[in-house]
Amino acid sequence: MTPSDSSTDMPRRAPLPRLPGWLLMPSLAWLGIFFFIPLLLVLVISFAARGTYGGVEWTFSLANYATLLDPLYLTIFVRSLALALGTTAFCLLLGFPLAYYIARAPLRWQGIWLLLVMIPFWTNFLVRTYAWMFILRTEGLMNTVLMNLGLVASPVEILYTDGAILIGLVYGYLPFMVLPLYAALARLDYSLVEAAWDLYASAWNVFWRVILPLTKPGVIAGCILVFIPSLGAFITPDLLGGARTMMLGNLIQHEYLVVRDWPFGSAISFVLMALVLLGMMVYLEVDRGRGDGRRPSVW
Amino acid sequence: MGLNSVEIREVVKYHGTVLAVDHLSLEVRRGEFFSILGPSGSGKTTTLRLLAGFERPDQGEILIEGRSMREVPPNLRPVNLVFQSYALFPHLTVFGNIAFGLEMRRIARAEIQSRVHAALGMVKLGSKHDRMPSQLSGGEQQRVALARALVNRPAVVLLDEPLGALDQQLRQEMQVELKAIQEQVGITFIYVTHHQEEALTMSDRVAVMDHGRVLQIGSPQDIYESPVSAFVANFIGLSNLVEGRIASMTDARCTVSVPDLPTILVRRPGGVVEGSQVTVVLRPERLSLARDVHRNGFDNTVPARIDKTIYNGSEMHYLLRLSNSALWKVRVPNSGAEQKRFLNGEAVFVRWNADEGVILSE
Amino acid sequence: MRGRRVWLLSVSLADLLFLYLPIGVLILFSFNASRLSATWQGFTFQWYRALAADEALMASLQNSLLVASVSTMIATVLGMSAAVSLERFQFRRQQVVEGAMLLPLVMPEVMMGVALMLFFVTIKLPLSLVTVTLGHAAFNLPVVMVMVRARLRKLDPGLEEAARDLGATPWQAFQRVTLPLLMPAMIGAALMAFTISFDDFIVTFFTAGPGSTTLPLRVYSMVRSGVSPVINALSAMLVVMSMALIGLSLLLQRTGSMKN
Repeated sequence: MTPSDSSTDMPRRAPLPRLPGWLLMPSLAWLGIFFFIPLLLVLVISFAARGTYGGVEWTFSLANYATLLDPLYLTIFVRSLALALGTTAFCLLLGFPLAYYIARAPLRWQGIWLLLVMIPFWTNFLVRTYAWMFILRTEGLMNTVLMNLGLVASPVEILYTDGAILIGLVYGYLPFMVLPLYAALARLDYSLVEAAWDLYASAWNVFWRVILPLTKPGVIAGCILVFIPSLGAFITPDLLGGARTMMLGNLIQHEYLVVRDWPFGSAISFVLMALVLLGMMVYLEVDRGRGDGRRPSVW
Repeated sequence: MGLNSVEIREVVKYHGTVLAVDHLSLEVRRGEFFSILGPSGSGKTTTLRLLAGFERPDQGEILIEGRSMREVPPNLRPVNLVFQSYALFPHLTVFGNIAFGLEMRRIARAEIQSRVHAALGMVKLGSKHDRMPSQLSGGEQQRVALARALVNRPAVVLLDEPLGALDQQLRQEMQVELKAIQEQVGITFIYVTHHQEEALTMSDRVAVMDHGRVLQIGSPQDIYESPVSAFVANFIGLSNLVEGRIASMTDARCTVSVPDLPTILVRRPGGVVEGSQVTVVLRPERLSLARDVHRNGFDNTVPARIDKTIYNGSEMHYLLRLSNSALWKVRVPNSGAEQKRFLNGEAVFVRWNADEGVILSE
Repeated sequence: MRGRRVWLLSVSLADLLFLYLPIGVLILFSFNASRLSATWQGFTFQWYRALAADEALMASLQNSLLVASVSTMIATVLGMSAAVSLERFQFRRQQVVEGAMLLPLVMPEVMMGVALMLFFVTIKLPLSLVTVTLGHAAFNLPVVMVMVRARLRKLDPGLEEAARDLGATPWQAFQRVTLPLLMPAMIGAALMAFTISFDDFIVTFFTAGPGSTTLPLRVYSMVRSGVSPVINALSAMLVVMSMALIGLSLLLQRTGSMKN
């Protein structure tokens, strides 16, 4: 699903009419009430304190944000960042060759490949993560195959470790890396690759000195599109990581529903939100091409 | 090995089911400016790409400097290609572009500096070394592409219609410059184009290709003066073709009888016998026109009527209708004197000498 | 050169295999007669039969269908009106509104779920299927908006102008010219929203109350109690259903654009 980047395919013949209020209001109102106000609420509550019975005591303090600096929570932050970065790195490693292959495939096949890449994404994520549980558990498919092939003597314990979370995250967000990479690679002038080759470049140099620099916006966009959701992942660490390997998403849920410390949970949420918005701004900057004369727009 | 830079032996290349190159055999001598001339689809670009290594022959062999290029990838061949679209790296400066090949071969920094600046000087772009390609004009980009190839001192430089995107004036200037540069560095140039005038102007030898085959190889003069086939004759320049039968021959001349026309005297080529059907080529600029019938020492005189006149600045182009209904093109330099010009409908005589006509060998 | 192409193809196929492995495994093993192990022990439909017999499961299925239907209808109407507003009209601060409408697409679901829960508690609305539906409509609104807008962009605005020139009011022009052309995209977007709502877990998790279990929630609690082939069967069905709906949605969008 690629949003078109040119604002008009047909020339506009007349200036657009003014908007009748009633057309946009309902949708705006709905989002306002069920999206923005709740988010605002979260922000406000993050400055409050936990009431005795798990409610909210309406004071104003930065105590919650200070508590975040506690090593206990910092570990979770660091793990979330590390896992998100790791996911991004692996998605790049796995996704770049795929995107390159699709971009160089005959035109009719490109659409099919892209569809194949996207379809799993649109199916139930909970269920697919469960499938990884099935595959990775001690008596699961992976171990059964490995032991039957004689590659390992005893089962590999990967479920409920960071490794399993990494696999699950890479699995979930690989399509998000492939699409922007594909868009950038499809726009690459292949004669430049041939020219590099003609000028004695090795395969590595063709990639590193020509292809990568010229697809940098696409790479950055793909990384952002993987990094941000990975940071806020919930299902994957919950099912594949177990109780001891928490990411920010699980921590938030834990604080809200188990500890019932809504203000603190909100503070964590807001830090997550800040990171998300930061990432978004970087993405928009890259998308706009920074006005240095190079081709803008990753899509 | 000897004097050959490039040898192509019986190369066959298919694109899908289409035969792009059909048992091509060619030799290019060291230091030569060799052009491959042909219409689009003739296989000339494919030939170039086969030499560069971007495509592999299905059959046959390619030797460069005596070495077989079988299984040799582009980045290991002593060949550099000047692309039709220039293919300059947009993210590198002019200097960076030209230095690229040298960097890939791990040449020392100092040597890179001197060689790149020398190359820039040769294409007269010394002051623009730190510009980006997007800041250059088409002609300047073309020169950077050339420098980028030359700086590596390859055995052969391949040029794929490099002047295609330039306007007429610039083209002609560049043709002269390219030729001068080639003579200066002495590197073998293999130049692909569909502009016959370009090939004739710059080349030491020309190969005319069509449908994947070489039709004729020779010096520009050979090709123009003695085309082997109607296709070559027509492709290389305008021509009038006359079909007839050899009525008699002497040592140097043939008399060709043409239905409804007076007999024509033509220079005798090798390998023809009396009675054979031949085609005679007459170049428009070799024919003269006169209002009276006196031979004035011309071997051939044919009556005609002016069908059309076109003023072409330096020349007058006439379209004439002959007594056998054929239409001939004649070009006469414009002397400026209006009385010497002919008018539509006028009856004239076309005159030329035997040596100005050529019998096609095919 | 040929070696590189082979390498690229292998990595690409490996990636594709990686993407489809879980789906394939689910479907395959849902027919496995073995209770726990990953070795094949015979073909059976018993797990599917067990599904049909599970009453709680059926109830949650009903809930999911209800929530998905209602929230999709709301999201489609609202999303469409937003798409038309943004694409066919002009107003101040349009960029801001656009950005605001796209924000739910990038927001981590945990945040949305938590925020909504907080909101409902604060306004003292008890958590139930209603609250779930309200939340679903909210995050599906931008999805519909983006999809309809993409299609709208490719339609020639001159068509509507031509209609008005022939005497139609703006509303009539929209109703009789644009709307029919938009229909495939709209249905496609609705199918997409339906699938997303049906499959949603995180936001639902936070906004559902007791007795308002949807299918994904039920799956979650089943998974919590451990791996079981019944879950495999259920998962396989869900996956196949999603793929079918999405396939249909894409097909509709393609036919829509071909008609133009």
